Amino acid sequence: MTEAVSNEAPTDWASEAMQARIRRRYAQERGFKALGLLALTLACGFLLLLMASVISSGWTAFVQTQVRVPVTFDAGELGVTAEQAKANPELLRRADFEGVMQQSVTRAFGNGAVLVSDGAWLQLREAAMADPSLIGTTKDMWLIATSNIDQLAKGRIDLQAAEGDRPVTDAEIAAWRKLGAAGDLRKAFNRTFLTGADSVDPELAGVWGALKGSFLTLIVTLLISFPVGVLAAIYLEEFAPKNRWTDVIEVSINNLAAVPSIIFGLLGLAVFLNFLNMPRSAPVVGGLTLALMTLPVIVIASRAAIKAVPPSIRDAALGIGASRVQVVFHHVLPLALPGMLTGTILGMARALGETAPLLMIGMRAFLTSVPQGLAQPATALPVQIFIWSDNVSRGFLEKTSGAIIVLMLFLLAINSLAIYLRNKFEVRW
Amino acid sequence: MSWGFAWLALLVAAAGFWMGRARGVRFAEAGAHEIGSVHSRPHYHGLFVAILALLPAMALLLLWALLGDRLIAREVLASVPAGGIGATDLDREAFLSEVRGLVRGDYAAAFDPNAEAAAALWKQLAQRWGVVFGLGSVALAAMGALWGWSRLRPQFRARTRVERMTMLLLVVASLVAILTTFGIVASLVFESFRFFELVSPMEFLFGTNWSPQTAMRADQVGSSGAFGAVPLFWGTVFIGAIIAMIVAIPLGLMTAIFLTQYAAPGFRKVAKPVLEVLAGVPTVVYGFFAALTVAPAVRDFAISIGISDASSESALAAGLVMGVMIIPFVSSMADDALTAVPQSMRDGSLAMGATPSETIRKVLIPAALPGIVGGVLLAVSRAIGETMIVVMAAGLAANLTANPFHSVTTVTAQIVALLTGDQEFDSAKTLSAFALGLVLFLVTLALNVYALAVVKTYREAYD
Repeated sequence: MTEAVSNEAPTDWASEAMQARIRRRYAQERGFKALGLLALTLACGFLLLLMASVISSGWTAFVQTQVRVPVTFDAGELGVTAEQAKANPELLRRADFEGVMQQSVTRAFGNGAVLVSDGAWLQLREAAMADPSLIGTTKDMWLIATSNIDQLAKGRIDLQAAEGDRPVTDAEIAAWRKLGAAGDLRKAFNRTFLTGADSVDPELAGVWGALKGSFLTLIVTLLISFPVGVLAAIYLEEFAPKNRWTDVIEVSINNLAAVPSIIFGLLGLAVFLNFLNMPRSAPVVGGLTLALMTLPVIVIASRAAIKAVPPSIRDAALGIGASRVQVVFHHVLPLALPGMLTGTILGMARALGETAPLLMIGMRAFLTSVPQGLAQPATALPVQIFIWSDNVSRGFLEKTSGAIIVLMLFLLAINSLAIYLRNKFEVRW
Repeated sequence: MSWGFAWLALLVAAAGFWMGRARGVRFAEAGAHEIGSVHSRPHYHGLFVAILALLPAMALLLLWALLGDRLIAREVLASVPAGGIGATDLDREAFLSEVRGLVRGDYAAAFDPNAEAAAALWKQLAQRWGVVFGLGSVALAAMGALWGWSRLRPQFRARTRVERMTMLLLVVASLVAILTTFGIVASLVFESFRFFELVSPMEFLFGTNWSPQTAMRADQVGSSGAFGAVPLFWGTVFIGAIIAMIVAIPLGLMTAIFLTQYAAPGFRKVAKPVLEVLAGVPTVVYGFFAALTVAPAVRDFAISIGISDASSESALAAGLVMGVMIIPFVSSMADDALTAVPQSMRDGSLAMGATPSETIRKVLIPAALPGIVGGVLLAVSRAIGETMIVVMAAGLAANLTANPFHSVTTVTAQIVALLTGDQEFDSAKTLSAFALGLVLFLVTLALNVYALAVVKTYREAYD
């Protein structure tokens, strides 16, 4: 046995130099930890900033400014009397409410600045159809203000700027001040924003058309990608032999999951529109394209869910005489379904937020009506956000942010559903 | 129209199921005294009949849905008097699209005098062929059901047949993925090939001048357009692989380190979902934020430090926001890589007296480096394929500049610009989008394959 002899003196932990070094190392340690916390704070802070900026500029989209106008439902101008309207309400659909509105507005405010939205006559028609006895009478009505008055009332216009530098004229500001002083201005919940479709006038634009387009698109996506994805996952996980073919399938699924979404848009354009001549801008094409995009996500999630089912379940079923197909469809599938559903819902959430592929297949049309069917032109909520964000009109800025709030609320709801399902049905064996 | 027939065929199949099942029940009752005298349970008999009814009917309807349009188009074209439409494919396409518009009711009146008659013929043919195919499918369903029903016997192996058909369905479902990949490659390659007939691949890949505007008249200046894509490739790399990664790698890595090494489990539980929210924000929202809030701030900053020609659409704004978008991705990849490092290595380092940060910097990160690099490569592939942020914040000016305050454009932004709005499908301008798509597809594919291979070999090293 030889003793390892060290020539060095034992470490003097108490020495000044050593203490300084340890202090430095501990300081480094604290610094590193702080750096980590800083990174996390920055990431979360950015999220907060994003939310705050969207909400602060978007919440006013849900509020609308209205102007009080004494409206005279002149039977002569309308071309319909109260009795005729009561007998046949359809007559009111063709009556000239636009003219009635113009007259009433001119009578109330003169021919100066435009204060009431061009589309406000729809409110008159709605009121008259609900109560035909209004015809021939005069009633104070709260009509939708123009976007400029709306923006003024919301304080979003810099009044200090010179007239040429701001979107509203001095006449509009004067009229707005007068209305406010007279109490003829109020703010109300913006029903149009949630029930309307796109419009050239910001005060009449709504998200319902885009939202319905998104729903129709997602229904197609779900109907295709869920069954196909689940069946493919079952095959790959439970039945596929290990050979070159199944390898090719696996590799292509894994690669598809990472292909940029815009490539799927190009695929949709080339195959569905140009080769199969399917209708442009239609939810069915958007749904098919997004289904191909979502498919790998669902396959991967479903395979994980199937893998998590313990082999003892399969062995038990096989042991009492079930066939392999029966084992899978009667026992493995029901147990794996919650996991599959969670994956599918997350895939749907991604599809709901997707914009680029839908732009490729033309779902960016300007549509003032709500889409009625799968083959009709439609747009989707994220695409609507993109279209509005391009609009220079001041009023569309808050509408864009408002639409983003709606989209984020839907995503929140969908993701919460997925988390709820995961927590409720997750089984740990 | 064809939906009605599809429902009818479905009804026939349902009836087939019910009849087959009823027959199975009778078999079961008759053979109840002797075990093994009946092979399958009643509902398998029913399913067998239903599948035989449904399969051929649906195949025929699908065929009609896919090919009907072409069939009618050919007949309609043949009906137009000679000389009525131009001879080229393009003329024919234009004529057909007008006729389709008329049929669908998009246009009130026809521009081409022949189109009106053609549209009427189209409607008539669509109705006639729709009825023929629809009735055919219902007849096929009925025949299939009858044939299947006639084959039922107590010893008939209905379950085996049904299961074999189920297997077929499973295989078909898993082939969809291959078909999609094939469809992507085929459509990109096919359209790119047509593009390279017009523009040489050399000019596309190495040219430095990008201005795809094709002029309205042939004699206009620059009517041919220029398709040198280098500025686009540079812009993509500049935003996606440089600026975004400068943001995402340090922040993502440090976030992962903090969450895996320092944070208490409770804190981790709160912070992780926040990162997931960051990952779940739609890219169009990021794009809006980049264009509305970040880009003006970046421009003001640039002007304040004396760069007077700063553009309102800057590479920096798009890159910054894209970097933030990628943070959760980098963080989760680094998280996986760090937690895969064996605990013994960490313990060994700590036992030697290293502080946690020294352990992380000198032991964990070097050990996890392949996994982290793989994750970063995947992040780059995701960043260069990202579309909406660059469309909304980076602009369309194809500049070859390294100044982050200038506007650059990317491959994805150009694809969107080229394919939205008015387009004629044979112009080099439209086709170039597919060539760009092909390059994008190949590059992201290569990055993914390489990154996954790196991650995989690294995982195996510690397993």
